[in-house]
Amino acid sequence: MSLDIGTCDTFPKLLLMHARVRGARPAIREKDLGIWQTWTWHRFADEVRALACGFAEQGLTRGDHMALVGDNRPRIYAAMCAAQCLGAIPVPLYQDAVAAEMAFPIQNAEIAHAVAEDQEQVDKLLEILPDCPSLKHIIFDEPRGMRSYTQPEITSYESLLQAGRTALARDPAFLETEIAKGRGADTAAMFFTSGTTGTPKGVVLTHHALIDRAKAAADLEGLDDHDVVLAYLPPAWIGQNIFSYAQPFVTGYCICCPESAETLMTDMREIGPTYYFAPPRVLEALLTQVSIRMEDASALKRWLYGKFMGVARRVGGALLDGKPVGAFGRLQYWIGDIVVYGPLRNVLGMSRVRVAYTAGEAIGPDLFKFYRSIGINLKQLYGSTETSVFVCVQPNGQVKSDTVGPAVPGVELKFTPERELLIRSPGLFKEYYKNPQATLEAKDREGWFHTGDAGYFDPDGHLKIIDRVKDVGKLADGTLFAPKYLENKLKFFPYIQEAVTFGHQRDRVCAFINIDAEAVGNWAEKRHMPYSGYVDLASRDEVYELVRECVEQVNADLAQEPEIANSQIHRFLVLHKVLDADDEELTRTRKVRRGFVAEKYATLVDALYGGKRSVHVEAQVRYEDGRTGTISADLKIRDAKTFRPEAAKRAA
Amino acid sequence: MSRAGRIGETVLSVEGVSLAFGGVNALQDVSFDVREHEVRAIIGPNGAGKSSMLNVINGVYHPQHGTIRLRANGAWKEFHDMDPHEAASMGIARTFQNIALFKGMSVLDNVMTGRNLKMRTSFLEQAIWIGRARREELEHRRAAEEVIDFMEIQHIRKTPVGRLPYGLQKRVDLGRALAMEPQVLLLDEPMAGMNVEEKQDMSRFILDVNDEYGTTIVLIEHDMGVVMDISDRVVVLDYGRKIADGTPDEVRADQAVIDAYLGVAH
Repeated sequence: MSLDIGTCDTFPKLLLMHARVRGARPAIREKDLGIWQTWTWHRFADEVRALACGFAEQGLTRGDHMALVGDNRPRIYAAMCAAQCLGAIPVPLYQDAVAAEMAFPIQNAEIAHAVAEDQEQVDKLLEILPDCPSLKHIIFDEPRGMRSYTQPEITSYESLLQAGRTALARDPAFLETEIAKGRGADTAAMFFTSGTTGTPKGVVLTHHALIDRAKAAADLEGLDDHDVVLAYLPPAWIGQNIFSYAQPFVTGYCICCPESAETLMTDMREIGPTYYFAPPRVLEALLTQVSIRMEDASALKRWLYGKFMGVARRVGGALLDGKPVGAFGRLQYWIGDIVVYGPLRNVLGMSRVRVAYTAGEAIGPDLFKFYRSIGINLKQLYGSTETSVFVCVQPNGQVKSDTVGPAVPGVELKFTPERELLIRSPGLFKEYYKNPQATLEAKDREGWFHTGDAGYFDPDGHLKIIDRVKDVGKLADGTLFAPKYLENKLKFFPYIQEAVTFGHQRDRVCAFINIDAEAVGNWAEKRHMPYSGYVDLASRDEVYELVRECVEQVNADLAQEPEIANSQIHRFLVLHKVLDADDEELTRTRKVRRGFVAEKYATLVDALYGGKRSVHVEAQVRYEDGRTGTISADLKIRDAKTFRPEAAKRAA
Repeated sequence: MSRAGRIGETVLSVEGVSLAFGGVNALQDVSFDVREHEVRAIIGPNGAGKSSMLNVINGVYHPQHGTIRLRANGAWKEFHDMDPHEAASMGIARTFQNIALFKGMSVLDNVMTGRNLKMRTSFLEQAIWIGRARREELEHRRAAEEVIDFMEIQHIRKTPVGRLPYGLQKRVDLGRALAMEPQVLLLDEPMAGMNVEEKQDMSRFILDVNDEYGTTIVLIEHDMGVVMDISDRVVVLDYGRKIADGTPDEVRADQAVIDAYLGVAH
């Protein structure tokens, strides 16, 4: 079934279409004061119209950029669409970024208008105001704490909306004309990439690119206006934008904004989304929580859980894929569904999920299979900001844990001799803003986008991504070293939150480990081990022993895979601090910046390879408010047992 | 508008209050005033009479001498003593040093108890839950939810208070007092037993309450750093007597205060 969006080639036109066709259906919900408040499509369009006129009164015109800083809130999305009505370009910024990080996009795009969610975001914008002479208007949504602000740049959303309503009543034709002027080839939005390398780049995406990809994927999954999505990831991230802006505008489904980050689980249970996206990290955290709570459960419950999760592992995935399963297996799964899987899905808020996606980084096979085995149709997809997300999606019934599926209709894929993936698709970005050099490097003359990802097609034509081309290295003996592959294996253990492995052009592999404070803390409490905090836990011999067991299990696994058997981890240490995006060790999307970490902790790496038993470290940490401090510690280094490769053993 | 600009006339004045328990003089001839919208701190070493002072204002203790004058709805009222119920209905709310919440009840229900004095419908109406009682409940629930939103405790709305960590219980305690929409809010060591981060959070909430609702705040606190940061004026008590009164800077420089805190050579 294919969606009919008529001749609507821009988001504002789509909005007006929905207001006409399904005006009374919910467009966006927000939990406020404990109650889910609903905006219908009619109300949404009404708000956007007035707001657009308000922006026009403030001087926002075609081609201007407008910054949006805030969490998922109806008004942030209304502002996004209002800017597009006027032909202006919304630039969503990460709401958890420190002030200094916001300065670059604002200077780069000479932004004059910024919409901020609350006092916290306004404060950050005011802080960088001296460095951003272009910034003239700051519009805030939440009035709390804003009473005493008298800066001339500041306007409340409410008053702007009022001004807009007056202007709209005076000249209703103005906005109609402005919306009609919009073309699919116009720029719809600009997203700054998280910048794993160097300064962030503004990725320019057109209405056509976003709408085309949103529609292709919606058609593939059969999404319609009865679907419900929970919007909980940063709106500045392309993925969230696709799921909570582009796709609802194409299909007419409803998005729900949770009350706060802490209430997410409760809100999700209340809403029961049918279409869900979660990066592996979130899925991992959920599973960790489940595991911890199961450990605390009564013996009977633990036994039931263990028993039926075994059944699910055997037949759950096959049932979901529609593969043949014996009658006894079906019966067991049916019982399991009543006593374990159903209640578990309910606790996770996933009872109604029809389609769930995960992407962003490789997902551990066990983690992936866990969700599928309890009947959640979790699938992988592949894409990036530059491709309007949808490049590959696993079709129903053809889901594998180590591939990302075949190309979505409209996408062409090919590889360079170095195994780098190239993409051509209607969803490709127009350019990097004001950066023709980078644009040329990423997008060649024939329109192929160079992804920087290394991979290949498996026999079924599914794309398999191993790592970044530049990260795939070789050990000193010339065998393959894929760091991310190892790190993902380590991270699947609930006790390990993050891992960084080293081995390129070295004789063997060593690793940094970040323990999961919650899981290890719980483990310690069970053993009546008093501890004061992360740093204390991380330095305990017992914890090192626990981590060593995990590392050795990974080594045993690796020994089974001849190609990377040499990548077994010989030595490791547990880091004294949690890797953090504020210290630039992770990107804002929480991917490890391996190069940066290796450089920052060069002494630790040297100690790992130098055969020392411990090393002294002093590190700078940056607190959330931007101040810096130092912590120092003596880190222990431990060896892990390695195993003879399986192939060699057989030969012997 | 800066905070200092909002501070108005005196709303509460304590005049010549003396309180004794048998032979122990807890308070001796203490006088001070509290102005509208200000954050007023009472500090002093252990046993200086701080909590007793708060309990006098609150109507828990009845002083032997002295008067308390309170301005409510533009008119002055003078008391020799009052009872806590009377104090509450005149717009004085308080929190307690060792948290006095209903442990088995949810956060929401605890905050709702703060609305109790404002409920007008009868027990019978409440029980059959129609008309007036229903409307009233909705109205109070909304007010309670606003407090929950303000205190950022949405995620524990339905959690029984007894299961919460100490820092959060303190926040709920403040929330319940706030639900009364008090004119004057008395805080008894709001930051006792907290770590630095929790103290910072609490300070921010106190200032936000003062700023957003314009509530006059009288607080007792041990942590000098916190007191000096958030209060407009400070009263210092020592052995039941007032030894200093003024802005944080004045008080910090006062020799009597330094002696009281650090001790003097005899």
